[in-house]
Parts: sequence; structure tokens; C-alpha cells
Amino acid sequence: MDIFVTALTIFILAIFVGFEIITKVPPTLHTPLMSGSNAISGITIIGALLLAGQVGNPHLAKMLALFAVIFATINVVGGFLVTNRMLKMFKKK
Amino acid sequence: MISGNLINIAYVFAAVLFILDLKWMAHPKTAVKGNYVGALAMLIAIVATLLSGNLEFHYIVIGVIIGSIIGAIAAIRVAMTSMPEMVGLFNGFGGGASVLVAGAALVAAMTSLSSGEADTQMKVATVASGIIGSVTFFGSYVAFGKLAEFLAVKWKLHLWQKIIKYGFSLITAAGMFWYGYSQGISVLSGIMMLSGVVIAVMLLNKKGRFPGMDALKIISAIAAVVLGVMVVMNPGNILLFWVMVGIAGILGVILTLSIGGADMPVVIALLNSYSGLAATATGFVINNNVLIIAGSLVGASGIILTKIMCKAMNRSLANVLFATLGPTADTPDADDVYKTVKSTSAEEVAMLLEDAQHVVIVPGYGMAVSQAQHAVRDLASLLESKGAEVEFAIHPVAGRMPGHMNVLLAEADIPYDKLREMDDINPSFPQVDVAIVLGANDVVNPVARTDPKSPIAGMPIIDVDKARTVVVIKRSLSPGFAGIPNPLFSMNNTLMYFGDGKKAMQDLITAVKEG
Repeated sequence: MDIFVTALTIFILAIFVGFEIITKVPPTLHTPLMSGSNAISGITIIGALLLAGQVGNPHLAKMLALFAVIFATINVVGGFLVTNRMLKMFKKK
Repeated sequence: MISGNLINIAYVFAAVLFILDLKWMAHPKTAVKGNYVGALAMLIAIVATLLSGNLEFHYIVIGVIIGSIIGAIAAIRVAMTSMPEMVGLFNGFGGGASVLVAGAALVAAMTSLSSGEADTQMKVATVASGIIGSVTFFGSYVAFGKLAEFLAVKWKLHLWQKIIKYGFSLITAAGMFWYGYSQGISVLSGIMMLSGVVIAVMLLNKKGRFPGMDALKIISAIAAVVLGVMVVMNPGNILLFWVMVGIAGILGVILTLSIGGADMPVVIALLNSYSGLAATATGFVINNNVLIIAGSLVGASGIILTKIMCKAMNRSLANVLFATLGPTADTPDADDVYKTVKSTSAEEVAMLLEDAQHVVIVPGYGMAVSQAQHAVRDLASLLESKGAEVEFAIHPVAGRMPGHMNVLLAEADIPYDKLREMDDINPSFPQVDVAIVLGANDVVNPVARTDPKSPIAGMPIIDVDKARTVVVIKRSLSPGFAGIPNPLFSMNNTLMYFGDGKKAMQDLITAVKEG
């Protein structure tokens, strides 16, 4: 149960950090915030990589993980690129 | 192979960089750097993972290459007006990835001889990841379909819309049917096959609502939770997990299908939050802190945006999710409201602008549809060159996602310090000579202030009606998302300039130049 309590602590603290920093993002950047955070949610790729590559994993698990890798990579690559494209357009007078 | 501690330190470093990314999002000047840092964090986490153990790389390489190509093409080619569709769709990929990782982890844990029984945390997290991920995946597909206008619409579709619409339904139905069938005939496999068909039929429905929808919503929510408990008690039965995912899919479709266009910004923000929470749940499945932290940040971000959007419409989240916005018996008749509407021409508006010192432009979804942002920029620069002060008033829910208008105006090189928030600019409207409303409707409807019985009662609006003259550029007098007439259009100080947003702007520029 130790691991679970640690994970739970991290989860709750991270939620608080998230609330604190994201409240400060101005409305003008809300769309890049969404696409950027979308890219961050592609962090699931870590789990997908581990399961797709683990030696000895059953074939079914690997196939599922392969699709997970594809989905998560789309999220990561597409998300960061499009956010960069948008943010570069924001200019001051 | 590198020691576990070093890998975990790399993960902590990545987590810190993710936090910095979002922290730097607080200002347009630092946001570009923030985004690079976020991408670097992802790279660090990925490299650390690849070095962490005994991994075979062939599936990984295939997956990363395919995903990178699709992601890069989408990111480079998408038009700024289509950002809501893209973000909507990408939320779904995040959710889908979480479901697949949870499924793969369950299969691996159940068949692996060495690890034996899965612990409770892993089982519960797998269930959470499966349910949240599936709701996100199917909900996001529906949000994408509604934004790209091929789901729940009655009009004729383009070929690519038909391919996606029928293709997705067919693959879902066939896939779930085949999987259920392959598991042998039982009650459970029957439910699996049935859910595939139900999802497909719902997605082909031409209306957003259908009879029995609310009942099905409640039944599928309860069934998903019950199945989740069963999965925890009996994790060896993989079919049970997929049936749960299928039922959660039904829930995801229904939750999003009934939601109207005006509420799309809320839904996208909410799905954004879900995709983060799904990643967090996956973090609990594989016991990985960087997933938990990154997922929580995204979850928090989505929740905050959802709250802001709801507040900007003066509605509760429950109201957005479970009620439909629309005219009521008390809504006045459009013909009565529009008796005194005055129509105007480009020349007349040009004369007004000639003498105006302070002009405020209020963009709405209509500006995005007609791609008028560049023409708007030209008009603004022209007026400024004649000595007028030009500003933009942005309502939080203008457009179809949070910040949609800001991105379009930024694309047209309009400096962000000219964009003013609703609460900030509202007090100055009595000193505004001309307010130009471009393709916005409900967000400037004074009924929100005056009629407590109106469906948009209490919604904060941009007070254009207090400007000396209001010019409304609109194709017709048709109502906005809320479906109610707008008395602003027939007010004494309002002139209606009918036409397509972009064409109207261009004609106006010509008229101002000639005048």
C-alpha cells in the first residue's frame, strides 16, 4: 500500500500545482494552452512504450500497445507542433 | 540498461519541465519558450523510458514513425479556423491511448507467470483508465464530428465527411461485433456486440437528441461502473474489461451528442480535462509518477477552462451537460422584435467610420466561418492610419473553443494588446463611437441583462448597445446558438449591414478608401 499512498500524494499535490499555475494563463492564450496541455497528456506514451517493447509480453498486449504508441505520438508531435505554430503568431504592437 | 534511480530522476526532471511549460504559458512573450520546454520534457521522459530496461524496439519504432507522420501533417496543415476540430480530435487520441495502455497492461499482468496476481491499485486504476479513456475517446469523436459538421446534421455531406462518418461507425460496429463473436456466445459477448451496434446507430442519427437518450445515459453510466467493479473482482476475464470500455463508449457518445453548438467550448475543455485524468489513471496502472503529474496538470487545466466557460455563460456544468439551451414559451416572436430594423450599406458605414475616434470590433464565430480575420486587420490598420483608436472586444465564449478569436486575430497579425477582455472593455462603451459586431450574436444580446426569463438570462455580455452607433455585420437576422431573437438589431442606434463577413469587410475598406 506504500506505493499507492506515495502516488496518491503526488497526484493531489500535482492537481494543486496545476490549479495555481493555470489560473494565471490569460484568456488570449487559452487555445494554445489547450493544444499544449493536450500534447502533455500524450505522456501516456511512456506506458505505451513500456508495454509495446517489454520482452515476453503476450502478442495481444503488444498489439494494443502499438496502437497506443501511435495515438499518443500523434498527440505529442501534433500537439507541440501546432502549439508552436500558434504561439509564434502572438505579437505585441 | 541504466539504474532505476537514474531513470526516476529523469522523470522528476521531466515533470518539473512540464510545470515550467505551463507556468510560462502565462504570458505570450514566454509561451513559445514554455512550449519548447514541454517538448523537451516529453523527449527526456521518452528517452529515459527507452533506456530503462529490456525493450524490443520494432513495435516502438513502427508506432512512433506512424504517429509522428500523422501528427506532423495534421499540425502543419490545419487551418487556424479549424483549431477547435483539431483539439477536439486530439483529446480523443489521448483518451484512446489510455484505454489501450490499460487494456495491454491488464492482458500482460494476467498472462505473465512471474508477476502473478495484479494488486488492487493496478486493477482499480485499469478500470478508471478504461472508463475515462473510453468516454474521452468517443466523446471527442462526437465533438469533432459536430464541429466539422458531419454528425447530428440533416444537410448533405461532402465525400470526406461521409467517409469519416460511415467509416468510423462501420469500424466500431464491426470491430466490437467481431470481438464479441470471437469470444464465443454468452451474455457478455452479446452485450459487447450490442454496444457496437448501439454506438454505430447513435452516430448515424441525424438529430442530436433521440427518445430514451436520458434513460440510456443513466443506464450506461451505471452499467459501466458495475462492470468496472466486476473487472476488479475478476481481472482474468479480459472480455469483461472490453465490455466495460464499450459501455463507457455509449456514455461518451450520449454525453456529447446532445450538447448544442453554443456549449461546444465547455465540452472541449471538459474532454481536455478527461484526457489528462485518463493519463493520470494510466500512471496509477503502471505506477509511474511522471504520468500522474503530467496528467494531473492537464486535468486541472481542463477543469479551470471548463469553469471559466460556464461562468461566461452563467450556467452550471450540470446545466450544460444535461439541459438543452433554446427558446421557451416566453421568448418573444422574431417578427415583433425586428419591426424597426434598419439596413445599411458600406458607404453609410464608411461615413460613420470617417468621423469615429474610437472603434471597437466584436468578433464572433461568423468571423471564423467567413475567414474574415485578415480583412478585419486591413480595416483596423486603415482606420488607425486615419487617426482612430481601434480595439477588439473578446467574449470568453466567442467562437467554438476558449481563446478561438484570439488565435485568429493573432494569425492576422493583430497585436495581442489590442484584444481586450469583456470585463475590461465594457465600462468604456459609452465613449465608443462605432462598435462593429462581426458574426457574433448571443454574446451581444442585451436580453441577457433585461429579461430574467430568457434562456441566456444573467449571461455576461459585451455591452455594445451602449456605444453611440452599433453596426452589426451578419448574413441574415437568423438567431444564434441560443435560438432567440436579439433586440440589439432593432435598436435606434443599430444599423444592420447584411452580408458575408469577409465580403462586407472588403467592401467597407473600399468605401472608406474612396470616402
